[in-house]
Amino acid sequence: MSERKVVIPGEVIEKGNDFLPGEGTEKRGEEIVALRYGLAEESNRLVKVIPLSGVYNPRRGNVVIGKVELITFNGWVIDIGTAENAFLSLTEVPRFVNKDGLDEVMDIGDMAVIKIAGINKRGVDATIKSRGLGRIDEGLIVSVNPNKVPRIIGKEGSMINLIKDETRCNITVGQNGLVWIKGDKIEDELYAKKAILFVTEKSFTSGLTEEVKKWFEGGKK
Amino acid sequence: MTTKEYKRKDGRKNDEMRSPIVAKIGIIPNADGSAMFQIGKTIAIAAVYGPKKMHPQHSQNPEKGTLRCTYNMLSFSVEDRIRPGPSRRSTEISKITEWALEPIVILDKYPNMVVDVHINITQADAGTRCAGINAAAMALAHAGIPMKDMVSSVSVGKMDKTLVLDLDKYEDSEFKDGEGSTDIPMSFTRSGEITHLQLDGKITKVQLKEAIKMAKKASEEIYEIQKKALKESVGELK
Repeated sequence: MSERKVVIPGEVIEKGNDFLPGEGTEKRGEEIVALRYGLAEESNRLVKVIPLSGVYNPRRGNVVIGKVELITFNGWVIDIGTAENAFLSLTEVPRFVNKDGLDEVMDIGDMAVIKIAGINKRGVDATIKSRGLGRIDEGLIVSVNPNKVPRIIGKEGSMINLIKDETRCNITVGQNGLVWIKGDKIEDELYAKKAILFVTEKSFTSGLTEEVKKWFEGGKK
Repeated sequence: MTTKEYKRKDGRKNDEMRSPIVAKIGIIPNADGSAMFQIGKTIAIAAVYGPKKMHPQHSQNPEKGTLRCTYNMLSFSVEDRIRPGPSRRSTEISKITEWALEPIVILDKYPNMVVDVHINITQADAGTRCAGINAAAMALAHAGIPMKDMVSSVSVGKMDKTLVLDLDKYEDSEFKDGEGSTDIPMSFTRSGEITHLQLDGKITKVQLKEAIKMAKKASEEIYEIQKKALKESVGELK
């Protein structure tokens, strides 16, 4: 199988013992069966299903954008658009914070870029111990379908770098579908927003990066 | 007693479903997954939300996620306006739908969470629970819920002594000749397992087996329509 194809739950993707079942698939006897709706893909004999729709489910290492819901005595509860809220512990903040000065780092209602450090039975643990993470002070946040995030980033970041260069904005794409745009001028930010919405609308065309390049050339005139 | 074969009013063959059969995916932009299923004059729409946190907290199941279905007939779906809101009938059908879909969804990875399925009947002409289950199965797949298989649902009726497929309103509720009509809604997985079968009325063992065989064949046709709708919706998803 070289082409990616759309599969529905219960559909047989591959037959025989030459393949291994990956994410979203299951082995039933000699067959590899899809367990969810999406695009079936095979690489190195591993068959997996890439989701096309549905809610975002958090994974370790994902960078996401969320809103501070609650401050507890030892951290922050952040809504990242999933069933389970993320918890950012005080120990995950790279600098010293006074016990009664938590709201100075992040107050309720603030937006923040966080990284998911781990997922356990109790919920999702977050960290801001990395470059580019932390509270968002200014800029624009755009909400898109989380399943379109890979298209916005593009192959090895080709799409997002193109948009960054063309609009002279700094863009952070959260895996949960929130995109933070920060530019020098509001016009630049709105231009970047338009570009991102263009990508999500055209997400099924092949050679999308070229298409977006053309779109930028047309937009300048 | 009449021994005469029942002849269908709309000229369908005994093993013929109503037409048109239409399936559409992604009709409700705000839902995580949605679908519409039409068979003849019956139209059902289904919306799936979640997995999301279960509220109230005492209904949470820490072992696995919960499937929660709500069936609702809209007040304008029938000729005489029906009183909106839950009724004895709609609560029963909600539960039945839940049982029909539960064996196929895999919710082990979503403890303390719930997947909400809302089914609304916008036009009713018998067979609404089957249309609802068909729409719900597609909406669940569209929402990216892990599933073992798809479910397709259809009803077989016994008109006096003749078995016919997919009853319409007249056959379901107005036909009174001889033994009258008995409606048997059934749901099948693709692999042929029965996830739901309802029967209130009299039928012989032999005829029931025949009815199941008839419905199974029709469910395969419905599966193909569901499959086609899901596969073709990819380019349109927003």
